[in-house]
Amino acid sequence: MMAPQRQILAPGREHWRHGPIDLVIEAWGEAAAVAQARADAWARFEQVLGELVRELAALRAPISAMCGVDGPVARRMVAACAVHAPHFITPMAAVAGSVADEIIECFARPGVARAFVNNGGDIALHLAPGEFLKVGIVSHAYLPGIDGHLTLPAPSPVRGVATSGWRGRSFSLGIADSVTVLAATAAAADAAATMIANAVDIDHPVIRRLPACEVKDDSDLGRRLVTVAVGPLPDRLVASALDRGAAAATSLLARGLIVGAALALQQQWRSAGCANPALPLTLATRRAA
Amino acid sequence: MSTTHADPTTGIEAAPAEPKAGGKIICNACPVLCNISEGRSGACERYANFKGVLTRLDPLVLTARTLDDQGELVAFDGKPWDGNPLDNPPIDAERTPVFVTGIGATTTYPDYKPAPFIVAARHRGVDTVTVVTEGVFSYCSFKLKIDTDRYIGPEQASVRHDGEVVGHVTTAEYGSQMLSLGGVHHLTGGSKREGKVTCQVMLDLGNKKQVELDIEGGSKLVVQAGKPPVINGIVEKRMRVGCGSATIGIFAPQWKDHVDEVIVVDDHITGVLTEHQAGKYIDMQPSGIRIRGKKSTPGRYFQVANPGMGWGGTDITDPLGIIERVDEKVARPGMRVLFVSTTGEDYAYFVLGDQLQFVPAAMPAALQKVVDRIGENCEPALCTVLFLGGAGGSLRAGVTDNPIALTRSIKELLTNVTAGGAPAYVWPGGGIMMMVDVMRMPDNSFGYVPTPAIVAPIEFVMKLADYQAMGGYMHRVRRIEDVLACEKFRLMQQDVRNPWPIGEKPVVG
Repeated sequence: MMAPQRQILAPGREHWRHGPIDLVIEAWGEAAAVAQARADAWARFEQVLGELVRELAALRAPISAMCGVDGPVARRMVAACAVHAPHFITPMAAVAGSVADEIIECFARPGVARAFVNNGGDIALHLAPGEFLKVGIVSHAYLPGIDGHLTLPAPSPVRGVATSGWRGRSFSLGIADSVTVLAATAAAADAAATMIANAVDIDHPVIRRLPACEVKDDSDLGRRLVTVAVGPLPDRLVASALDRGAAAATSLLARGLIVGAALALQQQWRSAGCANPALPLTLATRRAA
Repeated sequence: MSTTHADPTTGIEAAPAEPKAGGKIICNACPVLCNISEGRSGACERYANFKGVLTRLDPLVLTARTLDDQGELVAFDGKPWDGNPLDNPPIDAERTPVFVTGIGATTTYPDYKPAPFIVAARHRGVDTVTVVTEGVFSYCSFKLKIDTDRYIGPEQASVRHDGEVVGHVTTAEYGSQMLSLGGVHHLTGGSKREGKVTCQVMLDLGNKKQVELDIEGGSKLVVQAGKPPVINGIVEKRMRVGCGSATIGIFAPQWKDHVDEVIVVDDHITGVLTEHQAGKYIDMQPSGIRIRGKKSTPGRYFQVANPGMGWGGTDITDPLGIIERVDEKVARPGMRVLFVSTTGEDYAYFVLGDQLQFVPAAMPAALQKVVDRIGENCEPALCTVLFLGGAGGSLRAGVTDNPIALTRSIKELLTNVTAGGAPAYVWPGGGIMMMVDVMRMPDNSFGYVPTPAIVAPIEFVMKLADYQAMGGYMHRVRRIEDVLACEKFRLMQQDVRNPWPIGEKPVVG
């Protein structure tokens, strides 16, 4: 069995891996404080996967059938997903964000100016007063390029950024190329991105779906149909699929569960929450249609 | 910076797998213990069940050849790699020299850190070093040679893919049309979408995949390295034997006695046998058949028709369309006239009637033989794709802390440059601008980073002493045996057309 792996990518930037967990971590601040934070974070990281695996069966069950979990990361997952009931969701929808939140907590200490933990695109942030972080958004992993930049200053409530879509590593019930969500925690962003991406949907023959369990063994989605291919759609259908997602995002925004969201599907965009002055993000105008 | 290849962490142990009922295996690589069905990957997407064997995806690519009894390098006699990731085969580095390619090596961008693999091996009694990396090429393009005389579009026309401009038409060359695709102006100089689409086109071309192109004011093309071009839906089979005049020159003696006039239709130079020097040389008498176009020298005509998808790259579909007139004083009833294209794909045979009109007739066997021979002399039409990339920048700092020493070492023929083990031509002048035929590289050699920029394998091979002299990272040098023992790799046969990269001088212009 492979132990957690740690690789220095550049001074101050590390790549930590354990099984499916894949973190890129960077921190800035006083050297001693950052080093101590990193040491504590590593010690925590070494435990995380084992803890999750012990409760994996429970974490793969729909939130409606939950009967309590013990691990700190597992509790973050359940908390982030429970607010989406009675819609179908399993705590696994927030696993990446919850791990990022768990690790970033080690960096929230005096002397660490700022830090991020990027768990395969689901990012947790630490920002000391007066600090800020810039985040780039890649909406189409298959066509690389930074589609949007956003600067997150310390007074902003955002400490989590997550992206979901059918092309990603996790399955989606919807057809969004990507849904990027800003929220108070990475776990909340992760769960919300999953739900909004599921809502971006329409029926059309160019969309191919398969039962999740036929694509990946042990999927928490069981026989639910997940999107495996989306051909070119008429502009009008792209718009209505995005409208459905935007409605879901607006509802989460109204409930205070997210701070903002950007939805992408085949050259069209929607955003929610951009009027928020705490969110210096102009997603709708950043790209030629 | 991540690349599309997963990075093989040094010293990773092979993960054991437990077989389970129903063709599934349990992956023991981490505590998740995924049950993986055959052909699928686990939760991490780094381990997969390949025919019941737990397999690490995206390992380093090695190429191999074998020494024969005389100690000469010959084709690798092990089982050739069939494109599937298998467990490491046992390698005897003494008997089967292996070469570590940059494919799967990952990059250490920004490059002030030593390259991912700096590998020492003995070659013909000399200690050598191969510095292996995947270069992030901001400046790079693909040059396409499309074997066709068909008109694909005007020089300088934009070439589009998915609506975005990804390059342009350059010159018409011998029997072929040239395109330049990609480049920094399209990758990062235009809109974001232009950059993304360009990156995808470059990636697909480099990885020998099919790409559709749309030339402004010209044709729609489907191109793929090593495959015939498809122009407006028509597969181009043959590359012309030569221009119309050259075709006359080659075949004139073989036509003598079987025909009174031959007109070879070609978009560049249409040839007329009896007027042509080659016809006069074999005493062909004037036929009185005058064709359209601008006369160049005797028997050679430019612009007999418009460029197009018809005969010989013209828009001619009826060969009689190029006849201007028939001189009644010279032409005689019963004259035998052959029209043929420069590929022999199109031809027509006529005998002049009493009114000197063209009457279609059955082609005599002796003449058909020569028409067939034109076809036989045509080479198969292909698309060839060359990668052109600038490796003279920061990438060099992964080789030595004094980058100019690497540049000089190449120009002084001390350091060889290869891409995935394929020989690279290094352009004259400044920098390390290398050009390589993607068909000589292993499949799927190219990756990308989101800049967008293209990631391509690059290897620098030199004597160990020369590496030390240029200020190389000597403390990072690993023996090939150590790499074989510690790294997960894919073994491929070194392309037999490629010279063995170790011990070879670079091809410097």
